[in-house]
Amino acid sequence: MAGTETKPRVATVWLGGCSGCHMSFLDLDERLLDLADKIQLVYSPIADVKEFPQNVDITLVEGAVTNDENEEMAHIIRKHSRYVLSFGDCATTGNVTAMRNRFGTEALIDRAYQELADISNSKPNDHTLIAQLLPQAIPLHHVIRVDAFLHGCPPTPDEIWFAINELLNGRIPVFNTQFLRYG
Amino acid sequence: MAVKTLTINGDQYSAQEGESILAVCRQHHIPIPTLCHLEGLSTVGACRLCVVQIEGNPRLLPACTTKVEEGMIIQTSTPKLEKYRRMIVALLASEGNHVCAVCVANNHCELQDLAYQVGLVRVRYPYLYPDKKLDATHREYVMDHNRCVLCTRCVRVCDEVEGAHVWDVAGRGINCEIVSGLGGNWGDTQTCTECGKCVMVCPTGALFEKGVTVSEMEKKKGFLKYIITARQKKEWISQSE
Repeated sequence: MAGTETKPRVATVWLGGCSGCHMSFLDLDERLLDLADKIQLVYSPIADVKEFPQNVDITLVEGAVTNDENEEMAHIIRKHSRYVLSFGDCATTGNVTAMRNRFGTEALIDRAYQELADISNSKPNDHTLIAQLLPQAIPLHHVIRVDAFLHGCPPTPDEIWFAINELLNGRIPVFNTQFLRYG
Repeated sequence: MAVKTLTINGDQYSAQEGESILAVCRQHHIPIPTLCHLEGLSTVGACRLCVVQIEGNPRLLPACTTKVEEGMIIQTSTPKLEKYRRMIVALLASEGNHVCAVCVANNHCELQDLAYQVGLVRVRYPYLYPDKKLDATHREYVMDHNRCVLCTRCVRVCDEVEGAHVWDVAGRGINCEIVSGLGGNWGDTQTCTECGKCVMVCPTGALFEKGVTVSEMEKKKGFLKYIITARQKKEWISQSE
């Protein structure tokens, strides 16, 4: 494709969330076509790219930081992104992902992998294969510096459209009462 | 009663002796955020959201409990006040378990509204994720301490309006909590009349009716003014709210 090198490089990342924010992103519908003309999507759960690339202009991060893989990824994102946007309530507050925090990771693993197991009730122990839970799921800005926050569970397509366009125009999106919205 | 003249945000106002700064501001549509304050209940000055700056006084004073004085020069909205109010809402958010997305009071919550009002974009403090209880022993209602902001509106409405005094405050500091009876289950109290006033004045989803799910618990606070007006003036004027 001609001229792709000059388009802003955008990434979206899915950390400890339900992917609802990405679903809402896809609900941009026909605006996705406009967006495809304006940007180059260099990393995303909806694009098959294995490594987070360098020199990314804008990264949208969905989800709380809930395991060691998320934590490592957060630092990689920060290192290689000009603007980092907390994308949705889990990234901004911890939200539903952080509801597990008061129970402790042991109780949580027991509940998920043993008490509720139908067939195999073995617990994950090889953390080279499966990420290890952090003691608590925490908001993204408690791990790395975040430039802007997009709230909502999930943010609406209009809010996402506004945030992305502000960032594409070199402005930090400011969410007044119109867009500042939890839940 | 004597009339007091005072300056609020550079404009001159007159007020009755004994009136609070908040009452004067409300009369003149000067916005001041509040949480523990509720028209019809006593004032406790607990939440500190209504703090204002008064010239000559180095301390910030709550508008709800501070009475007007002759010649007072008051500021209700300065960068310092806005910063402090944002800090208060952030601290409230961090010391409870407030998850708007799954809350019965989502979109009908005064804490949520306050977060928007003060522009709380993110909370910098570590969230405490306290292990709080949920009391579902009552036949009609639930008390979820995870969502309680300790405004004590429930305590006051039950004592001052219903006259039952089911609720009270126990513990200190971070261990402070609302208790029913002498600290037992709400459903076991002999004093609760099941009137539901506490549920309706609760600003968050801490007190709610059984059977409601996410975003369904709308609090109707109009009843309070209705009852107070009826008792004081013998006028039974229905409230649309």
